[in-house]
Amino acid sequence: MKERKKILHPHRSIERRDFMKWMAVGTASIAGLSLLSSCDSDKREAFFQDQFKELDENELKAVLERLERGYKKEYNADIEVNATAPMDHVLFGYGLDLSKCIGCRRCVYACVEENNQSRNPEVHWIKVLEMEKDKGADLLHSDVYYNPEQVPEEGHFYMPVQCQQCKNAPCVKVCPVEATWTEPDGIVVVDYDWCLGCRNCMSACPYGARKFNWASPEIPQEEINIHTEYLGNRPRAKGVVEKCTFCIQRVRQGLYPACVEICPVGSRKFGNLLDEQSEIRTIMKNKRVFILKEELNTQPKFYYFYGT
Amino acid sequence: MNMHLKEFIIGSIKLLFQGSKAYWAWVSTLLILIAIGIVSYYGQAANGLITTSMRDQVSWGFYIGNFTFMVGIAAAAIMLVIPAYIYNWKPIKEIVILGELLAISAIVMCLLFILVDMGHPERFWHMIPGIGKLRLGQSILAWDSLALTFYLILNFIIVSHILFRAFRIKDYSRKYVIPLILLSVPAGIAIHTITAFLYNGIAARPFWNSAILAPKFLASAFCSGPAIMIILFQVLRKTTKLQIENRAIWTLAELMAYTMFFNLFLTGAEIFKEVYSNTEHRVFTEYLYFGIEGHNKIVPFGWLAIIFDVIAFVLFLVPKTRKNFITLNIGAVLIYLGVYIEKGIGLIIPGFTPDVLGEIYEYFPSTTEILVTVGIFSTGFLIYTLMLKVAVPIILGEFNYKKAQ
Repeated sequence: MKERKKILHPHRSIERRDFMKWMAVGTASIAGLSLLSSCDSDKREAFFQDQFKELDENELKAVLERLERGYKKEYNADIEVNATAPMDHVLFGYGLDLSKCIGCRRCVYACVEENNQSRNPEVHWIKVLEMEKDKGADLLHSDVYYNPEQVPEEGHFYMPVQCQQCKNAPCVKVCPVEATWTEPDGIVVVDYDWCLGCRNCMSACPYGARKFNWASPEIPQEEINIHTEYLGNRPRAKGVVEKCTFCIQRVRQGLYPACVEICPVGSRKFGNLLDEQSEIRTIMKNKRVFILKEELNTQPKFYYFYGT
Repeated sequence: MNMHLKEFIIGSIKLLFQGSKAYWAWVSTLLILIAIGIVSYYGQAANGLITTSMRDQVSWGFYIGNFTFMVGIAAAAIMLVIPAYIYNWKPIKEIVILGELLAISAIVMCLLFILVDMGHPERFWHMIPGIGKLRLGQSILAWDSLALTFYLILNFIIVSHILFRAFRIKDYSRKYVIPLILLSVPAGIAIHTITAFLYNGIAARPFWNSAILAPKFLASAFCSGPAIMIILFQVLRKTTKLQIENRAIWTLAELMAYTMFFNLFLTGAEIFKEVYSNTEHRVFTEYLYFGIEGHNKIVPFGWLAIIFDVIAFVLFLVPKTRKNFITLNIGAVLIYLGVYIEKGIGLIIPGFTPDVLGEIYEYFPSTTEILVTVGIFSTGFLIYTLMLKVAVPIILGEFNYKKAQ
């Protein structure tokens, strides 16, 4: 019950308090460290940085500060990088109402803005597939580049696909260095500073959810979202893999993912799978949900359903 | 430390700098091609992998295809080792060392292909056990990197022991060498099997998710590896005093005919399954051999591989064409090219086309990818050439500690 409240009535103040704290720490450390250390030592530390889960509290703090310093230099923006812990007794799940989606792609672009995806080359974590009603939900005959005057198009329906946050995630299984893993709240995350860029996870993902930074990502300075998570929407470098994290920087603060919030027809639902009263569990109880490519036994926490 | 190490090093360097005009022309050509590869790679490193034709839909391409092919070449070195040591078969025994040197060069090329394919090659240390976080639990890629490194070290130890002993005019220690050589046989099979599992284990890509993949990898590798050796043996016996009997070459060719039959049989079995069962998964095979909706860039390669393989199979099967060096060499070249196309283009690209959501992105290697690949091949050839330059005189007894003094 408590969790549900948190999701439906987000406490922005918590986020702000954290933000102020990090800003203070960040400013102090930038002032102090800029005297002591040159950019070269930052580069050296970045090179030798350990995998996220191996970092102790002090190391993590130093890493986050260094990242903020680096982003300041690169984007000339005061980007805060947090490492918020997952909440207890929370397992995130997602619902998508195929009968409501109109294929407007507002979710695609809200996601891009929220999660600091590259604008050039374009990186989209969400793909909206246009399907022909005659053929049903048939991926092979779907079209991702549909471009009519108006959506929804006659005789078509739409199926958005993004990371399905699989319980049995093939991408996590194949990673040779554990640069990607499933967090306790069910979100599959990537440590962009540990990723080799070998792209084995991309070949393993049955949903095309993983994106590679084929070139240095470009984000206009005024469009950068400065509220970021280490395992989420902080700006990435070229040569690493990224993916949807259910907006980890939002959902761990009790907010909805950006795509849920923007959807004009309410086709996107989100909540705590462990809370019987949550929206997602209510949908699972009252509607008939299905998952994509169930034969692969990936066990997604992303459920499609027909609301009407 | 070993005695005569100084003579060995100085003598080897001297050997590398002595050579005919043909040797220098070959070496300088390779150096130029390597330089072109380095320049191309520099462009890729500076601008990112966007300089390749790979994209999110086809996220592995020519580099990984070449990597897979070279693993096969390295694994095939054991084809020479098995008869030489287990059956103590003389005609091959002296030349087995050439196969092992080939394996070393091939593995170096494999590692280079992996490095150039990585978004962050400088983070390779994340894969070093103990220092990084190599995840041996479930990641096949982690096991593959370990197996390849092990195979490289194993072959290096065997070769350097045999050669250095010969340099000191001593017989190699059978006590150490024979177990290591016996170990290299399963290790060779292992590297190629694990590499096959790298694709085989991916359920998201039905084109690869077939149990036939690992046997097919071995069958094709046991054709392409010896194909190189057959050509090389003829070059060496012309340019050096190395004696290689026709019998050794013909036996290799005969073995290749059988493995090629097996390779073609497996290919046929795979095509039958896809075409007859006619499920949605047929689309990848269709893309390779017929193209989909006008997307047919790799179709000629799909057919070329099959045609080359079939012609070579016939040439190697019929004793008359097998024992005629013109048709034998045509066959060897065709086998090499056939398997190269099969692995370099026919394996990786159709696995991704169409992608997991049904999108067709037509991949064909970019200029950068081709030039970097040429650079890596030249590096492999150069390493092999330089190693042979020292190894062959040692095998012939022309280069030892007495003569080096």
